[in-house]
Amino acid sequence: MSAALWQILQIALALALAPGLTGLVRWLKAVLQGRGGPSLLQPYRDLYRLLRKEPVVSEDSSWLFRLAPYGCFLAVLLAAAIVPTFTTHLTLVHAADLIALVALLGIARFLTALAGMDAGTAFGGLGASREMMIASLAEPAMLMVTFSLSLLAGSTLPANIVGFVLGGGIGLEVSMGLALAALTMVAIAETGRIPIDNPATHLELTMVHEAMVLEYSGRHLALMEATGMLRLWLFASLILCLFLPWGIALPGGGFLAILLGLVTYVVKLAGIAVALAVFETSIAKMRLFRVADFLGGALLLALLGTIFLYVSEAV
Amino acid sequence: MTATLTYDLAHLIGATVLMMGFALLYQRRVSSVIRIYALQALALAAAAAWQAYIQDAPHLYLTAAIALVFKAIIVPLALSWLVRRLGMHRTIETALGIGPTLVIGVGLVALSILLVLPVTEGAAALARESLALAMSVLLLGLLMMITRRNAVTQVIGFMALENGLLLAAVSAQGMPLVVEISVAFAVLVAMILFGIFFFRIRERFDSLDVETLDPYRGDRP
Repeated sequence: MSAALWQILQIALALALAPGLTGLVRWLKAVLQGRGGPSLLQPYRDLYRLLRKEPVVSEDSSWLFRLAPYGCFLAVLLAAAIVPTFTTHLTLVHAADLIALVALLGIARFLTALAGMDAGTAFGGLGASREMMIASLAEPAMLMVTFSLSLLAGSTLPANIVGFVLGGGIGLEVSMGLALAALTMVAIAETGRIPIDNPATHLELTMVHEAMVLEYSGRHLALMEATGMLRLWLFASLILCLFLPWGIALPGGGFLAILLGLVTYVVKLAGIAVALAVFETSIAKMRLFRVADFLGGALLLALLGTIFLYVSEAV
Repeated sequence: MTATLTYDLAHLIGATVLMMGFALLYQRRVSSVIRIYALQALALAAAAAWQAYIQDAPHLYLTAAIALVFKAIIVPLALSWLVRRLGMHRTIETALGIGPTLVIGVGLVALSILLVLPVTEGAAALARESLALAMSVLLLGLLMMITRRNAVTQVIGFMALENGLLLAAVSAQGMPLVVEISVAFAVLVAMILFGIFFFRIRERFDSLDVETLDPYRGDRP
């Protein structure tokens, strides 16, 4: 019973905090660059404004174009529901594992790419092809991280990995460090942050994600934007849950443990926002052709993590 | 101090040295390559110091100090001075793309693990693993020398190879200090010689791309 309650709270938390996280990163970046920065509530206001507006749909587009925002949003929301944030005592946590998570993100990406091509504009197709190039490298790297973690913890369920890490099953493991580095690189690529993509620009030479959603307006655009914010929140939560799970309430913990989990979670999330803002301010965007090297590096780190795992076992 | 922590930390530092070896292969700019080489030497000094602590061998502290002073400070400074004098700041051309090089690098790591682990059966777990890591670092240095066409980066590949040798030396017990000191000085002397050679090559061919040397080889028609 309480598991269902916490599950609903988790989804509500995802919806409530995701725009706030994006707003916090934007504000921190502005402050670091010496500007005033928009209010933290700006993303909420943007979404509210877009939701009230009437969507304009190209007459050459098909039903797919109208369906895609809902599909993307639901897939990412479902993915967000299965990552434990403040407690592992959730209904859906045993329903899907990390591999299913990768698949859900894949569905969202597939729909976005199709919708980008559907209207038949040049930019949409360009964005879709770039997105697929990035995905073809990011997805194997993410799966490799999953394998590395599940070989360590003996399970692909995030909740079990959290239990394993909290139970002291892992010392200073090299493979964990490599997996963290690889997952961070994948997360940067998947959420379209600098150095891969710049979320704040509409420059046709460089944009990837923005190019695909260029045709959207009104509530469709609101859903697409919300999907992007949720994706950022999801990757931040995933990294927190797998690599910094301290503070998460385990099943059987009382109300106090949940409260502690919530507080530590929000603090950790703010920490990630600061780290992301500092990183993005201190680095320049890389050329598109360097992205393959970057993500190849992520795949390599994850692969090395798995190799080291076998070495430590063999010794 | 538990046994697992000792082991894990040695493992972690060794893996950092190896990661820096990969970062050397990934970088394209000469200045970044030199900076990463300095970081690798720093990690190497940490590895030596940690080995000195767990083996209770005071002379390894001296090795760590030598690695820190010579490899992490003097050699990088000298190399960046050389690069400035030679007026070379742009990206370096590679003989092979970055991606394939990294793939070969992973293959080399797997190869050295497969090679070292069966051969050292019966040795202490820590030494075996350090040897496997050291062998990988060495092979990556070799790979860097092969895949880079610029003379300066080839020299850095050589230095990275030597880092691998030192990593192997500190993890094997009973390496005499004399050998280490002479190796350290040999590297410094090599550094000076390379510096002179850079200027000679450049004077003669107006470039540090070693491909310009190829027509002067005797075995080509």
